[in-house]
Amino acid sequence: MAMSKNIKKTDKFFENLKAKASWVRVETIKIHKIAPETRLASSLSAVEIFTVLYYGKLINFNSKVINSENRDRFIISKGHGAISFYPILADRGYFSKAELLKVCKEGSILGGIPDPIIPGFETINGSLGHGLGVGCGMALALKRKKRKEKVFILMGDGELYEGSVWEAVMFAGEHRLDNLILVIDNNKVCMLDYCKNILDLSPLGDKFKAFKWDVKETDGHDVKQLYGSLRAFKASANGMPKVLLANTVKGKGVPRLEIDKLSHIKNLTAQEADLLIADLE
Amino acid sequence: MNNEKQTMRDCFIEGLCSKMEHNRGLFFLCADFGSPKLDRLRESFPDRFINVGIAEQNLINVATGLALEGFTVYAYAIAPFLVMRAYEQIRINLSLHAQLKEININLVGVGAGLSYDVSGPTHHCLEDITIMRALPNVEVISPSDWVIAKKCVDYSIKVKKPKYLRFDGKPLPRIYDINSSEKIEEGFCELKNGANVCFVSTGYMTHKAIKAADMLKNQGISAGVIDMLLLKPVRADKLYKTLKKYAALIVLEEAFINKGGLDSLILGILNSKGSNIKVKNMGFSDSYVFEMGSRDQLHRLNKLDQDSIIKEAKKLLKQ
Repeated sequence: MAMSKNIKKTDKFFENLKAKASWVRVETIKIHKIAPETRLASSLSAVEIFTVLYYGKLINFNSKVINSENRDRFIISKGHGAISFYPILADRGYFSKAELLKVCKEGSILGGIPDPIIPGFETINGSLGHGLGVGCGMALALKRKKRKEKVFILMGDGELYEGSVWEAVMFAGEHRLDNLILVIDNNKVCMLDYCKNILDLSPLGDKFKAFKWDVKETDGHDVKQLYGSLRAFKASANGMPKVLLANTVKGKGVPRLEIDKLSHIKNLTAQEADLLIADLE
Repeated sequence: MNNEKQTMRDCFIEGLCSKMEHNRGLFFLCADFGSPKLDRLRESFPDRFINVGIAEQNLINVATGLALEGFTVYAYAIAPFLVMRAYEQIRINLSLHAQLKEININLVGVGAGLSYDVSGPTHHCLEDITIMRALPNVEVISPSDWVIAKKCVDYSIKVKKPKYLRFDGKPLPRIYDINSSEKIEEGFCELKNGANVCFVSTGYMTHKAIKAADMLKNQGISAGVIDMLLLKPVRADKLYKTLKKYAALIVLEEAFINKGGLDSLILGILNSKGSNIKVKNMGFSDSYVFEMGSRDQLHRLNKLDQDSIIKEAKKLLKQ
């Protein structure tokens, strides 16, 4: 009896995560309608990742004391794909929801690419390949300070072309930074083509394993799978940094973008956005 | 009085080592680059010393993460690789971050100018003053001897900003008194008070400026020497007060000239004050040094030798 009650509760938990993800997707499209210069497709592939982290109680945060020592650190290394994180931060109380209506407008704190002037963003990103190395420094500092907090990093798969990433991959494995959890939004598309047509990154998991990382792979839009993998990673102190290859679809939720290898640079018309919003709501 | 030659790095690291004993907030990273004094540091503080490997980009990024968590960080490497291989990491993670957050990261670059004379142009560092001065929120410190290098220890802890410490690679005699009260905060030091012409120099070139001033004195010309310790920020008003008593200035730097280095700094100040002081910039022109030879020989090839400096000073005074 207790068992089935648990499952029921868990189901509700995941239904709630799905509903939240759906809301985030709609809000993201609304933001893009206001600010068409934002990178929509890159932001849509990460919706479930952001949602599970911030509504699944995986990340400890305190929106009232932003630099609280006992917060988990979260670096969004793929800064261009972060407009879908704005509605979450607003909803979680980092800033007013009214800000979401002013993205990229004069006086707004929310730009096309986020900066730490936005409460909830830890680091400067936008130029790719910096987040993992900085995250290594943070993870190392937390270990030296004997603190239990984790460092989460979100990176795109295209970002893996940056050499600095691999300097950090080597470093994290060698220094056994098991308090570092890297999530790769593996949407398989760069700006101009599918990654496999540029420089094939596969076998990606094996590459990380070779550098002494703990590797998991999951459907990056399945909240249950995402939650399970991240929960397990968070609980594990096995002396290995963690990487979750979250297989996603660039432009997820917008059929036209999902099949377009140039989705990175595609915008929606206002009409398209309205139709999608009506459909998703 | 004994004036033993010492390297800036050894004196700095020795001073830092004593600080690390009492200050647990200091963290030292290097990109596989050593010094005899570093051996003691790495043995004494294995939990606060990491050799990141030959990986300058990651050196800067790891330093940033540590600094964001409150550590005062030293990132130690060969100067041209530190500031040029990892320039974008410095721009993003030091310069940009420091405008929004307090981070204390000290880039300790060894090998200013032609310190690594025979290693050739990959190891020469002639661009660093220009490119590091271009970055907002980053200080550029250029000691001329090991006394000042040692003073950088306290300064680096006290001033909680990103800084670039431009150290010479060779053992050099000291210029300043061991108990000198000179402060880096002052920005510059008028080592010799002259009447006609003044040498404005930084780093290694201050040693040559002092010699040139002594030689001119024997020929009846009173030359001043101003040693520039801080290349950013610059205390322009105070510096101008010292400069304006001279009719002519020779700016000496072991760096490319006419492209944003010490010379541009001085010309900028003079221009903003509407000054008509005559200025001659001496340094390296717009090409790399592939020739082989000692530092002195390479200086001669590039007309930075003692005779050329004196000749230019006299020429300027006659104009």
